[in-house]
Amino acid sequence: MAFQPINSIGKYFSLMFRVFSKPEKFSVYIRQIIFEINNLGISSLPIIAIISVFMGGIITIQAAFGFDNPMVPIYAVGYTTRESVILEFSPTIVCLILAGKVGSNIASEIGTMRISEQIDALEIMGINSAGYLIFPKIAGAVFIFPFLIAISMFLGLWGGYVMGISAGACSAYEYIFGIQAFFEPWKLYYSFTKVVVFAFIITSVSAYYGYYTHGGALEVGRSSTNAVVYSSILILMFSLIITNLFFNR
Amino acid sequence: MIEIKNISKAFDGRQIVKDVSFKFEKGKTNLIIGESGCGKTTIIKLMVGLHLPDEGDIIYDGQNFPKLSVKEQQEVRKQIGMTFQGGALFDSQTLEENVMFPLDMFTNLSRHEKLDRVNFCLDRVQLTGKNKLYPAELSGGMKKRAALARAIANNPRYLFCDEPNSGLDPKTAIVIDKLIHSITEEFGMTTIIITHDMNSVIEIGENIMFVHKGQNWWTGDKTQVLNTNNKELFDFVFASEYMKNLFLAGKK
Repeated sequence: MAFQPINSIGKYFSLMFRVFSKPEKFSVYIRQIIFEINNLGISSLPIIAIISVFMGGIITIQAAFGFDNPMVPIYAVGYTTRESVILEFSPTIVCLILAGKVGSNIASEIGTMRISEQIDALEIMGINSAGYLIFPKIAGAVFIFPFLIAISMFLGLWGGYVMGISAGACSAYEYIFGIQAFFEPWKLYYSFTKVVVFAFIITSVSAYYGYYTHGGALEVGRSSTNAVVYSSILILMFSLIITNLFFNR
Repeated sequence: MIEIKNISKAFDGRQIVKDVSFKFEKGKTNLIIGESGCGKTTIIKLMVGLHLPDEGDIIYDGQNFPKLSVKEQQEVRKQIGMTFQGGALFDSQTLEENVMFPLDMFTNLSRHEKLDRVNFCLDRVQLTGKNKLYPAELSGGMKKRAALARAIANNPRYLFCDEPNSGLDPKTAIVIDKLIHSITEEFGMTTIIITHDMNSVIEIGENIMFVHKGQNWWTGDKTQVLNTNNKELFDFVFASEYMKNLFLAGKK
């Protein structure tokens, strides 16, 4: 019992070793990666767009409400919105939402394939089932998530712009000046580094829980829940680690 | 030909398969029969490498499968076709894509050639024209036949069928049995079928192993199975009292 976490970590790395072994046929994998880009990425766009616009608006209103001191310039509203959206909201919070949507999808899909013997069928055909099922998901997510987050950043800032002006919190000029003020490009590098790491965590951890599902429908549900819970915890842990690495310079 | 020699397997200290040996002959329908839970599926899973035997050898035409490297095992597996109890068709793919899957993975055929092969296999299992249907749109019997079409797509040397007619009406079950039998003869495959359906045994049982309590309890063919003196096999074959009495009355 005491060794279970160590055993799980060992199983996870051994699964990853199989996932990244040489594919049977590259053309089939490329086709699968394109499918997963659409399945995991493009299909998540609507929810990301809605959440980003609203969150951008909320951050702007809260910032405007907090900065009622005349010593704080009004463009600080735009500045705060930009910092919040780029540094934390888009890379971390949106990835937590994706962990729920994409993670549960992956774990339940692979888990169902396991209990209905579809994974056994792949193995018997002589196919590396871990590589065939998991690698395209990881590659697809690592490729498409940064684009999704870039869109989320843009929409978050746009939502802030719309709300800031319509609520009378700041003028268009002040907001745009604010989101350009004191901009440091490395912060984008920091954000996208996080996104790539989170994309890997979400897909690999969820695939791990799906792949090692045993039993029936109840266990598929349990795997799906575990995938979301552990992906979320790992996202927050790695967010802390990466933040420390980038900001403790 | 596949030969298993003294294979044993235990799970969590429980002995499921005990010292089983048998020769599965080429070009014949080899049956593994026995009660539910007697270890039939475990034997087949050991044979295809889904489980590793604790002891014993599994020899595919001279190659001892458990002792091969992972790469060599994958090469042997490319020559195996298998149908599962539930069909194990890929839900997200159409029937055509399911059957084409092994061809996509292991051949360099053109799209046109692959389609020809898919249509041939679907035709062979009497699913002509059903190419674009998804597994969820198929009946139980159609799923079993579709799984068979996928299993034979890549011209396997060895065909494993795990209860290919379970849950089907007797007429459809016989159709599938005959289909497997004729495919076996046509392509000269080594076919291994798990079943506890007595109709199948009588219809296509050319080489039979009766498994009881995880052991090879009896071997023979379909003519011998009805005239057995083995008590456990007799009880299995004539599970119904009515049939047992009818058979014994006929013998007198």
